[in-house]
Amino acid sequence: MNAILISAIWGVVLMFTGAFVKSKQTPKYLAIVGIILLLIGNGIELYQEGVPFFAYDTMNMLRTSSFNLTFLEVLFAGTLMFFLLSGRDVEKVGEHVAEYFALIFFVLCGVAISCTYNNLLMLFLGIEIMSIPLYVLTGSSKLNLKSNEAALKYFLMGAFSTGILLMGIAFIYGGNVNGSFYINQLDFGTQAMPTFIAVGIVLLIVALSFKVSAAPFHFWTPDVYDGSPAVFTSFMSTIVKAAGFFAFLRLFKSSLGSAAVPWQDLIVFITILTLLIGNVTAVFQRSVKRMLAYSSIAQAGFMLFSIFAMNERGEEGLLLYAAAYSFATIGIFAILIKLKDYTIDGFNGLGKTHPLLAFCATIFLLSLTGIPLTAGFQSKFFMLLAASEVAGKMWVVIVAVLFAAVSAYYYFRVIQAMYFKPATEDNVEPNEVTTGFKICLVVCVGIIILLGVYPEFLLGWKYSY
Amino acid sequence: MGTYITFPELFVLIPLLGGIICFFLPKNLATNFAMFFALATLLVAFIALRFTSEAHISWNNVSYEWLKQLGSTYYLGIDGVGRMLTLLTAIGFPIAMYAAMYKSKIENTRSFFGLMLLAEAGIMGVFLAYDALTFYFFWELALIPMYFLCSIWGGPKRIPTTFKFFVYTFVGSLLMLVGIIYLYSFTGPKVFNDGTTSMHSFALTAFYHANIPPTAASWLFWLFFAAFAIKMPIFPLHTWQPSTYNQSPTPVTMVLSGIMVKMGLLGVIRWLIPIFPAVAINVADIVIILSLIGIIYASCLAIVQDNLKKLVAYSSIAHIGLMCAAIFSSTTLGIQGAFLQMFNHGINIIALWLVIDIIEKQTGVKKLSQLGGLATKAPALTIALVVIACANIALPLTNGFIGEFMMFAGLWKMNPWYAAVAGLGVILAAVYTLNMIQKIFFGPVVENTAGSQDIGFFQKVVFAVIIIGIIYLGIFPQQIIDMTSINLQLMGNIE
Repeated sequence: MNAILISAIWGVVLMFTGAFVKSKQTPKYLAIVGIILLLIGNGIELYQEGVPFFAYDTMNMLRTSSFNLTFLEVLFAGTLMFFLLSGRDVEKVGEHVAEYFALIFFVLCGVAISCTYNNLLMLFLGIEIMSIPLYVLTGSSKLNLKSNEAALKYFLMGAFSTGILLMGIAFIYGGNVNGSFYINQLDFGTQAMPTFIAVGIVLLIVALSFKVSAAPFHFWTPDVYDGSPAVFTSFMSTIVKAAGFFAFLRLFKSSLGSAAVPWQDLIVFITILTLLIGNVTAVFQRSVKRMLAYSSIAQAGFMLFSIFAMNERGEEGLLLYAAAYSFATIGIFAILIKLKDYTIDGFNGLGKTHPLLAFCATIFLLSLTGIPLTAGFQSKFFMLLAASEVAGKMWVVIVAVLFAAVSAYYYFRVIQAMYFKPATEDNVEPNEVTTGFKICLVVCVGIIILLGVYPEFLLGWKYSY
Repeated sequence: MGTYITFPELFVLIPLLGGIICFFLPKNLATNFAMFFALATLLVAFIALRFTSEAHISWNNVSYEWLKQLGSTYYLGIDGVGRMLTLLTAIGFPIAMYAAMYKSKIENTRSFFGLMLLAEAGIMGVFLAYDALTFYFFWELALIPMYFLCSIWGGPKRIPTTFKFFVYTFVGSLLMLVGIIYLYSFTGPKVFNDGTTSMHSFALTAFYHANIPPTAASWLFWLFFAAFAIKMPIFPLHTWQPSTYNQSPTPVTMVLSGIMVKMGLLGVIRWLIPIFPAVAINVADIVIILSLIGIIYASCLAIVQDNLKKLVAYSSIAHIGLMCAAIFSSTTLGIQGAFLQMFNHGINIIALWLVIDIIEKQTGVKKLSQLGGLATKAPALTIALVVIACANIALPLTNGFIGEFMMFAGLWKMNPWYAAVAGLGVILAAVYTLNMIQKIFFGPVVENTAGSQDIGFFQKVVFAVIIIGIIYLGIFPQQIIDMTSINLQLMGNIE
C-alpha cells in the first residue's frame, strides 16, 4: 500500500515539476529518485511483513501478501532499469518530458492497485488507472501519424474491453448469493454454476485476455506496440502486461479456486491460440520492433500457463517470468532504440562494431528463447512444470515446447545478423552509447544470469511471510 | 558434499574460468592461455585416473543444494564411463586447439578459444551430471558455444547449415525437457540434509526408481531417445550432420564428431536404458534396425563422396550406428565393446581430422578428385594416415579391432542377421577408407599437391604419440573394460 501512495504522490510532484522547472534533465532524475523511493517503500512493507507506513482503513478492499509485494518489487525494479536505460530516450519523444514521467507513475499506481485488489471494483479501478495514461503515452509522438493511429486504436479497443469488464463484474455481483464484490467471498464451489456467474466469468476472461493481449483478443497489440514510441512500447509490453497477468491470476485463484476445472479447457484454448498466433506471425516480421510485439504475444502464451495451472508452481513461474521477460525485453528495446534502423538488417555486424551491445543483446535474446543459465529458461521451466502437474494436460506442454522451438527461429535471426553478417555502416546513432548505459546493460545481464542460475534468490521472498 | 575441491568440479570449473578469462585477454596471449587451461584439464583427468577406488568416493562426487523446493541439486559425479569420457574430452580439446593454432587463419582468437573452453566445460558437465536438471543445463550449454563456433568461423554456407544443426538439437533437447518434467512427476520425494522435503526429485537415482506406468514409459522413452538420436546421430535424424561437419572449421568438427556424439551415447547408457529397462528391450529391434539402415546408408554415401570432410562425416554416422546397435543388443559383450569403441572412435576420428586438416591447409582443397600423389611429398603424413585409417576400419592390433569384434559378437548373440548386416558395413568401410588413401596419397602428383611439404618435427611427435596410443589400446584394452564395468551393472537385464 506504500506503493500506491508513493506512486500517486510522485506522479503529482512530477506534473508540477513540468510546470515550474524548465530543464529537460530534471524530470528524469526526479523520476529515478521516485522509483527508488517506491522500491524502498514497497521493500520496507515486504520486510515488515505487510505493515505499511500509514495504516489507513481500506475496508479490506486491498490486501497485500508476500507474493504480491514481491511481484510489485520486481515490477518496480524493472521500471528502474527502464528509466536508467531509456530515460534519455524519453526526453526525445516530445516537449512535455515531465508529463511522460508523471503518466508512468500514474500507471505504476494502477499497477500497484491491480496487484493488491481484493474487490472487483478495485480491480476495475486499477486496470483503468493503468490503461488511461497508457493511451496518452501511446499517442505522445504527436506529429507521427502511426502513433496517433495507435493511440486511437488502443483507446477504442481499450474502452470496449473496459465495458466488457464492467459488465462481467455486474453479472457476477448479480449472480452470487452473497451480493458481494469481494473476491474472497466469491468461491463458487464445485456445484453447477448459475448462468449469471458463468456469463460473468466469460466476460471477465475476455476483458482480461484483451488487457494481456492473449489471442483471439490480441489484434490491437502489434499496431499499438509498433506505432507508439519505442520507449513506451518497452514499458507497456513488460511492466504493464505483467501486472495484467497478476490481476488475472489473482482473480481466478481466489474466486474460482475449486471451480477452476471447467474453465481450464477455455484457458487452454486461449493459451494454444496465443502461442500459435504469436510465434507464427513473429517469424514473418522484418522489423525487429514489430517482431518483439508479436513475440510479446507469444510470451503471453507462456504466462497464461500460470492461470491455467493455478498451482504453487504457476505462481512461482509467473513471478520469475515477470522478472525474466521484463528485464530481457527492456534491455533489448533499450538497444533497439539506439539503432538507426529498426529492421533486422539494422543489427548487421553489431558484433564487430559494438561488441558489448551485441553481447548483451545476445543474452537478452537467449533469455527470451529460454536457453539455460538465463532467467528465461527458469521461468519457462517453472511454467512447464506447473502445467505438467495438471492431470491429463501433458499434451499442452509438448505443444508449448514446440512453439518455444519456433521462437528460436526469430530470436536467432537477430543474433545471426549481429555476429555473422558484415556491417554496412555504423548502425548506432553517434554519441548515444554512454558508459553509464553500458554499465546498466551489464547489470541487467547480470540479473538475468543470476536469476537463471539461482532463481531462489527471488522465490525466497515470495514465501518470506 | 565435499569439503574440498573435487575432480568433477575441477573438470567443469577449469575450462569454464579459462574460457571466461580468455575473452578479456590480449589476442596474442589468448591462444597460449587457452591451451594452458586445456592441458591443465588433461592433467587433472590423468590424476583422476589414479583415484578411482571406493576410498576416494568423496573426491569424485559433489552435490550442492539448488532449487530445493523442486528437489534438484547441483550433483556431479564420476563413474566408469564418465571417467573414460572426461579423459577423452580432456585429450580431444588440446588436439583440436592445436589444429586451430597450426597455420591458423582464425581471426579473433580470443572469442574462438574462449568459446572452445566454454564448450569443453559444457560437455564435461554432461558427462558428469547426476541430476536431470543439471544434465539438461549442461546439455544446452554445450550446444550454444558450438553454434557460435560453427557459425562465425565456418565455411561459406555456414549460417543456414549451422542453424539447421541448432534447430535439430534444440528441438531434441526440448523434447527431452518435456520427458524430464513428465518423468519427474513419477519420482518419489527427496529429503535434504536439513530435513526439508520436496514432493519429487530430479536426482538420477530417483529417476531409476521412478514408478512409471507402462504406457507412459513407452512414449517417454521416445522423447528421450529423440534427443539422444539427434545428437549421435541415428538414421533418419542425421541429416544435419554431414553438412555441419563439412561447413564447420576442422577443430570444431573434431569436437563435434569425436566428443559431442558421445553425449548422445552417454545419454543412452546412463539415462535412457537404466530408466526404461523394459521398454529398451521391447523396442531394441526397432532401434537396431534403424542403426543398421544408418550404417549401410552412410557407408554407401561415403563410397561415392568426393568431399573428404563429408566422407569422414558419413563414416562417423556408420560407426556411431554400430555402437548404438551394440548397446541395444543387451549383451555383455556388445555393450562392453561399445564402451571401448566410444573411447577409441573418439581418438581415431580426432586423429583423422587432424590429418585432413593438415592436408586441407597445405593444398587448399578438400575434394578427393583434386588430390593425389601426396605420398612422395609427405611420407611421414602418409604413414600416420595409413595407421589411423587402419584403426578406423578396425584392423587387428589397432584399438578399433577389439571393440568392433566384441560388438559384432554381441549382435550375433542377439540375432545373427544383425551381425551379418553390420559386418557388411565393415567391408564397405574398408572400401571407402582405402579408396580415400589411394586417391590422396598415390597416383601422380597433381597441381594442388605439388607445393606441399611433409609435416614438421612437432607434428611428427604428436602423431607418434597418437599412434602409440592406438596400438597400446589395441593390445591392452582391458583397462577400459575394467573401468567401465560398473556402468554395465546399471544396464540391467543383460545376458
